[in-house]
This record gives sequence, C-alpha cells and structure tokens, in this order.
Amino acid sequence: MKPALFDYVAPETVEAAVAALAGDETARPLAGGQSLIPTMNFRLSTPGRLVDLGKIESLRGIAVENGSIRVGAMTRHRELEAHGAANAANPLIGEVLDNVAHIAIRNRGTVGGSIAHADSAAELPCLLVASGGTVSVQGPDGSREIAADDLFRFHMTTTLDQTEILTEVRIPALPPATGYAFEEFARRRGDFALAGVCTLLTLEGSVCREARIAACGIGARPIRLAAAEDALRGRVVDEDARSEAGEAAKEYMTAPADTQASVAYRRDLLAALVRRTSETALKRAGR
Amino acid sequence: MSTRQFGEPVQRNADPGLLKGEGAFIDDISLPGALHAAFVRSQHARAKIRSIDISAAEAMPDVVAVYTADNIGALDVELPMLIPHPCITSGGKTQRPLARDDVFYAGQCIAMIVAVDRYAAEDACSLIEVDYEPLPVELDLEKAIADGAPPVHDDIPNNIAAHFVQESGDADAAFAAAEHTTTVRVRLERSTAAPMECRAVAARWDGVSGELTVWDSTQATISVRGGLASLFDIDEDRIRVIAPNVGGGFGQKIMMFHPDEILVPFAAMQLDRPVKYIEDRVENFIGASQERAQIHEIALAAKKDGTVLGLRDSFIHDTGAFIPYGIAIAQVASTSIAGPYRIPDIWVEMTLVYTPCVQVTPYRGCGRPQACFAIERALDRLADELGIDRTEIRRRNFIGPGEFPYKRDGLLFADGLAVNYDSGEYEKALDLITGTVDLAGFRKEQEAARVEGRYLGFGIGFYVEGTGLGPYEGGHVKVHPITGKVYVTTGLTSQGQGHETVFAQIAADQVGCDVKDVIFVEGDTQAHEWGVATFASRAAVVSGNAIHKAAVKARARIIAAAANMLETDEDSIELRDGRAWIVDGNRSVSLAEIATASNPLRYAFNEASQTATQFAPASTHDGPPLAEGQAPGIEETDYFSPSHATWAYGVHAAIVEFFPDICSMEIRRYLCIHDCGNMINPMIVEGQVMGGIGQGIGGAFYERCAFDDKGTPLAANFMDFLMPYATEVPDAEILHMETPSPLNPLGIKGVGEAGTIPVSQVIASAMEDALAPLGIGPVRESPMSPDMIHGLLSEARSRR
Repeated sequence: MKPALFDYVAPETVEAAVAALAGDETARPLAGGQSLIPTMNFRLSTPGRLVDLGKIESLRGIAVENGSIRVGAMTRHRELEAHGAANAANPLIGEVLDNVAHIAIRNRGTVGGSIAHADSAAELPCLLVASGGTVSVQGPDGSREIAADDLFRFHMTTTLDQTEILTEVRIPALPPATGYAFEEFARRRGDFALAGVCTLLTLEGSVCREARIAACGIGARPIRLAAAEDALRGRVVDEDARSEAGEAAKEYMTAPADTQASVAYRRDLLAALVRRTSETALKRAGR
Repeated sequence: MSTRQFGEPVQRNADPGLLKGEGAFIDDISLPGALHAAFVRSQHARAKIRSIDISAAEAMPDVVAVYTADNIGALDVELPMLIPHPCITSGGKTQRPLARDDVFYAGQCIAMIVAVDRYAAEDACSLIEVDYEPLPVELDLEKAIADGAPPVHDDIPNNIAAHFVQESGDADAAFAAAEHTTTVRVRLERSTAAPMECRAVAARWDGVSGELTVWDSTQATISVRGGLASLFDIDEDRIRVIAPNVGGGFGQKIMMFHPDEILVPFAAMQLDRPVKYIEDRVENFIGASQERAQIHEIALAAKKDGTVLGLRDSFIHDTGAFIPYGIAIAQVASTSIAGPYRIPDIWVEMTLVYTPCVQVTPYRGCGRPQACFAIERALDRLADELGIDRTEIRRRNFIGPGEFPYKRDGLLFADGLAVNYDSGEYEKALDLITGTVDLAGFRKEQEAARVEGRYLGFGIGFYVEGTGLGPYEGGHVKVHPITGKVYVTTGLTSQGQGHETVFAQIAADQVGCDVKDVIFVEGDTQAHEWGVATFASRAAVVSGNAIHKAAVKARARIIAAAANMLETDEDSIELRDGRAWIVDGNRSVSLAEIATASNPLRYAFNEASQTATQFAPASTHDGPPLAEGQAPGIEETDYFSPSHATWAYGVHAAIVEFFPDICSMEIRRYLCIHDCGNMINPMIVEGQVMGGIGQGIGGAFYERCAFDDKGTPLAANFMDFLMPYATEVPDAEILHMETPSPLNPLGIKGVGEAGTIPVSQVIASAMEDALAPLGIGPVRESPMSPDMIHGLLSEARSRR
C-alpha cells in the first residue's frame, strides 16, 4: 500500500494552481487528501502530479451574506461545522457535517474537496443538491458558476474540466417557515451511508408549500427525489403523505446490490429515511 | 506480611511506554542497510500458472532480487503439516512458500521482490506478468462436497479434507428414548482476526558467526525457531527468534509458516543483507489465515420437561485451500458442542472441506463460537417448542456443582485428551445474570415499548471454554545481585495481554518485592530456551503456574540465604518490600545483598559485594566457596505441564433494540458473568473479556470475509470489512465469579478467548425475542446484518 511515484507542487495562488493543472494531464488537485490519498495508496489512482491547494489563502474562509453561506473551497469540514453564523443561517449544515466520517477526518477534509470528489454516497454533495446551492470554478479561461443540479454527473465525476479548480461553495440560508432534516444509515458511525436523505419542507399554515428532498448512496450521484417532493407538496404532511413520499422515492434507487445491502433492502431503507426526515422536518418547521 | 499482589487490580506496567509511542514493533526495529520485500499474489482463486515473466522487474534499478518457486532451492516444498491427524485425507495439503504451477486462492504468493525500499518493491510487483489459466471454483461448502464439484486439489475427491466422528455415550439410545426432538441448522461465515499490527518479519544473517536473527510478529517464537532450524537445516542454537512488541495476534500469528516467515530469512541469508517485510492491510485480508465458516445441523433428544438426553451434530468446516493446522478448530468445536449441559449421549460428525480461499487456522475462539451458536440456538428452539422459558431450560440441564469432575469419555479435546470439566457453578452464574438484568422488570418494559411501536429483545448465551492446554511451559526467576531486581522469563510471547504485569504479580508474591521491581522477558528464544507458544487461552495457566513454581523455589533459596546472613532460623524470616526481615524484629537484608552474598566473588565491585568475596570475614567456612551441589546466585527454573485442559465458562446477556424500518439494532445493555477461576488481576481479566466482547460483536453483526462466486475477496480493507468502532461496542457490565481450578497450584483458568464466544448467540436470541410480534422466523446465521433483518421481515410480511 505505497503510492506510485508522483510529483508534488504547492502553489500559493489559484492562477498558479490552474497553470500547474493545465500543464500536465495527469495532474490532480489535492484538497485535504482524505479520499485521494487512500486511493493512491491502493494504487487505484496514480496521478503524475499532485497540486496541493492547501497554501492558497484565498480559498479559505466562511462568509454569511445576502441569504447565502459562502464557503471557500479549502475550508475544513470542521471549520464549517463549528461556524456559528453559518449554522444559524442554515442549521442543516451542522446536521449533515456531523455525519461526515469522523472528527479526525473532518479536521483535514475540505468542503470543496468533498464536493469536487463527488462520491455518490457523500453527504455534502447531497446537501448542495437538496438546498439548491452553487459552486464557483476557475480555469485557464476564467471563472464560472455551476448550479448543484448541473454539477454532479456520476460517481466521482463532475462537470468540472481537468484544468478547473472549484473555488467556492454557496449554500442558501434556510428559507422562512422551513423545517430541515438529514438522516443517513451507515453500518458503523461515520461510514459512508448505505443511504442518506436530506429534506427541506416549507410550510404555509399546516400545508407543505415547498419540498426539496435529495438522497445519497442510492445511485451514481446525489439525486433529487422529485416524485417524493410531489407527494408532499400542497398537502398536510401526515403519516399517509410521508408513506406515499417514501414509496415514491423508491424508483430513484439505482445502486446495485453490494456486500452490505440488497437492492430490496436499500429501496426500503430509502423509503424509511424519507419518512423519518419528513417527520423531523415537519416538526422543526412548525416550531 | 507483605500485601499479596495476586488478585489485585495492579496497573498494567507496559502501558505507559506503549501509550507514549516508545514500543518497538517490528517496523520500529532499525536494521541499517535493510532491504524490503513485497509479494506478487494470485489474482485468481484457482488457476494454472502458464508462465511468469520477471524480466522487467529484475531489470529495475532498485530491485535486488526476484524470487519464484524456481530459485528458492530447498524451500520449494510443501510447508509443514503442523498437527497431523489420521482422519485427514491423504495426510493433508499445505501450501508452498511460492506457488509452483498452480494457485489455490486469490492472494497466494507467487513471487517475492526484494528491493531497496517497499515503494520500489511494489513498483516491481506491477511489472511481473503472470499468465493464468483460470479454473472453475465452488465456494459453497455443501456444493463443494457434492459429486462433480470442481476440485481445489485434483487428487482430493469431493474436496473432503478430513472426516471424523466423536461419540460419548449412546446417542442412538437417547434419540430412541426421546419424547421430543428438535433439529436446527446454523451457519457461520468467514471472518478474520484483523490485528492492529499486521504480520511482519525481519531477518539478519551474520555470515561470520553463522547466526540468524529473526524478528517475527508471531505468537510462537520457540516453535518458529524449531521450524526454521528444520527447514534451513541449521542447529537451533544458531537461530534467535524475537517477537518484540506485537500489536495483537488473536490466533492469526500462531499459524506458522506464512510464506514470508521463511522467505525473508532465506533472502537475508542469500543476499547477506537484512530484509524486512511489513505486511500491509490488504495483504493481511487476502493472505493471512482466516476462520469461522461452519454449517451445523444439530439435533437434541429431550424429555417433555426439557431435559436433554442426547445430541447429534453433523457439521461442515471450511478449512480453506490448505489444512496446515489439522483438524484443531473442528475438534474444539466438536468437543465444546454440549456446553455446560449434562447431555450424557453425544454423537458429533465433522467434515472438513477444501475451498479455494486462504487457509483457515485458529482465530480467537477457535471453533467455540460456532459450537456455542449451534447448541444455544438449538436450546432456545427446544425451549420455545416445549413452552419452557429459555433461561429455565438451561437451568434444568446444567451440570451441578457436585458433579465435577465431569468427563465426556470419547470426546477428545485439542490436547488429545477426553473432555473433563474440572469445576464450575453454572446455575449460580445464570441466577446472577438474570437477577442483575432484572428479567421480570425487563418484560414489563418490553411490553410497554411494543405499545409505542418499539422493539426490545432479551438474549442470553452460555458457554464453556477448555483453556490452558499443554504440553508445558517454563518459568525462570533470578534475583539480580547489583540491583536486587527480579528477572523473570518464560518461553511464550505476548500480543498485549498483560503478561508482564500478571507474571510479575505471581513472582512478586513469592520473593516479596514490588511488582515494578520485576523485569519480565518473553518472546525471545535467547532469553528462554524451552516452551511452546501463546494460544488456546493458556499463557496464564501454563506459564503462570510454571513461574509460580520457580518463584516458590527461589523464595526458599532467598529465605535460606537470609537466615544464614541474619543468623536466625528459616521460620523466623519473612519477605517483604524487597527485603528479608526477622519476624517481629527490625533487622533485614535486601534482595540485592542476598543475591550478592549467594554468589562467591573474587572481585569487589561495591560495598555489598565486598561481603561476598572469598576474603570477607563472613565467608570463612570450611570447604569450597560453592558447596558441592550448590548453584551460585538466587536463580530457579521450573516447568508446569497441565494434566488436561481446565474449563472456564460464562454467560452473557443483552437487551437490544431493533429498528424494523431501517433494519438496524442498538445494544442497550450488555452483561457478562465470567468465571476463569482465581483471577490474577481482575482489571486485566476485564480488559480481556471486554476486548473479546467487542470482537464478538464484530462477529455477530459486522465482520464478514465476503467473496464473489469466482473466489475474489470482496472485503479486503476496513471500508468493506466492518470491524466495529467504539461507537458500535457498548460498555459491558462484567461481573466475576471465581471457582478455582483444582488442576493447577494457582487455581486459575484461561480467559483470553472467552469474551468472543457467545456474542452471536446473544444477539440472535435477542433478535428473535424483539421481533417476535412481527412474526419473524428463526435466526440461524452469523453474522447477522441489516440485510438479514430485512430478509426476515420481508418473509414474515409475505407469510401474513
């Protein structure tokens, strides 16, 4: 479990990092290394050059402004988790991060790194999709913005070009009258989830005006469960409605059976998590 | 009198160093100029090797040597069959250090690269091209023994590695007399020990002196030395094997030889350079021994009142591609099958099956968890069928405290001797656990929870464990003349159990010193020549009693010498605080002075030693300074060879909540009553038991060595092999009972494996209890899993 030979550079500006990536097709950005380094040790990935983004100061920091939480790509999970204003603006963030691996990993792993890595079972991409966030990326031809729905293609693959660097993540603040919940089931605390569900319910009186539900671990990328949202939108979110939403979610489950979960179990698990999170979100929306 | 250390929760004296990172594991041992080894391993479970091309690897600048079966000389042989048995088909198959013509499991070593560092060695591995012709495989144990199944070994029909029947009493008569019979089928899957430190070997050859030093992360230094001497045809005195700090073994490191244990010393001798091999985690998952897979079909013959008259068990045991450790695991399973129950008539049949997977050798528990799961699941079933409470049926079948020794003639245990339980208070243990858990109170709580839609269950499992096997171990006790420190050695090894503390307690009690003044050395063939190894929960029993016997003799020497020095009689001497005192007086001499005075000197190095020189006034006596038959110093050696295994036992219970919607569980309370005879150190016993429970919880709900149908390992890392974290293992309430063993002077029984044994049964029993209202069928497999719970609930729904 030793990596193959690679070069290492640690530029101090985004421009220099982009240039380092552009100059070498086999170059990969290093943004915390909690996923990339293990895959290199297993020799599942063999980048010729690592471009460490850790020294780029402009990629760090958190700002809450205009109804949005802006997170520099190299901000550690733990910094965001502990950020009072960010969590006050959207308490879903802390609930999601509490489920990301373990504290030691959250101390090193970065928000942008996790999103750019795009593991289909990871929590942060699911949060981004559920909350309708966006990211900024910078490449040789300048910067652009990508909405969460357009970012994730399939497992470990985004719409970023090899020469582009994800620079900032923006998560909307929790809308008014909105309840939230994230719940996942992992075999062991901190593992990648067999399935995880992020639910946001906005109430008008006792009726659900808007529902946003996304899941991770159930397919090739984080997925909006539109049919489950439809089952709740415009309705009183009672037990029947929640069950219908759970049933509706099952069609989105496309992950193959693996050593931990059969297809039938994962479908039922997804439905259970939709029921559980919509119940929790409902309670919180009413508060 | 000095305070007795035996029985006290003395702090483990090895921990401060280990916690500060001062331990020396094999990778910490600095060998200047050392080369590093890596292995090319089979990608296929079963294949012919058409060709191996090593040319590109050999041409790499940092590669020093590439070995295949073609250039390892006399080592190109099948490795030793460690424990032969007449029932093994054709004497048994063992693996070659490096594959020749055939591979028998994915992970088998084909070539060894020795390079300047491990990076280069791994680079070179990827350049070796092996041309395989894959052959068909069958991993299902029952299909593998059917006619026409693809063979693992061409000359072994039906893949049957061994077949053996053991009988005690007359099971046929018991079944003929039965008022009720119950048959259940249980299945346990493959698992692995996954020690924190993987396996590791380093070797240095001194060509001038002809001495080979091997550092091996093994449980069996003396046995490894014997094996190496035999394979290399060198005298044992020329080989020193050292197991330094070892980060867990759990049986995986009792197995010898894994190929690297031979090839690394071989390369060191060939290349005249030190060579190191530090197994990585993937290699440990695919190349190191595994255990556990068995299928039991067990039948109980009973009376309507629940009395079990007879037992028949026929089981299949997966031995993997090779059977170097013989039938040991299956034999332990077959002899543990009747648990703490009287059951007079027993018939057990074992069929050992070759599968195209890494070899199976003992892993903590060694057949006992399988046997416990079988008998305890069957007993739960019998209770349910007869309408008797699950705890009550056990009570009705226990061997009573007045019935010991309780022998099962005809059932031969792993020491080759008939099962013979030496002592126990089984019913008392059951009363203690049901009282502590407040079972009646729990039933009310369970009822109330069900009304709220919550599912709580109570599970219980009893076990016995034959521990402390022979053949023997030795103990050596010596008092240092200069410092007065007490130097104690034995021949076996530690993997973190706390030997240095408990053996110090035993010695300190006899010589009257502080535990901290005992210097304990083990795991070094140069420090202690004779002995066997650490396995089968035997170290405390066998080495502990050997050290005790040696220390008793040393005590007599100290008292005799002190009486002489203090000019009093021996009855007037007491030993405490590192000194010999005149009883009720204030005169004393230190252990250092006694040891010094016991060794006639020519030269005086310090004040104390002046008194020991030939010209000191105190030394004037008739005859030579050392009387005929007398040995210098305070030094004694003795050995302990147990008459047969001593049987520990215990009972575990748990209250578990199950969540049917997500098919998960959470252990709310876990209790353990444990009896290992007299405890040397209750804190260390608790540590052992707690660790075992954690490993048992892993085995019950998380850990599984999964393979695909081609025999490719699917769980070769800690993402896929789910060793539980601290978050999955609850605190356990551990209560002790102490029923002394009559078989050894200290009255102790082994404890190393105990905690792991009944956990699967406890969880399965609780699952059935909790989910009964949902109509689930019986739980017959371990490990259990969310997927399994989902299956049980789906079946129950489809029946409704």
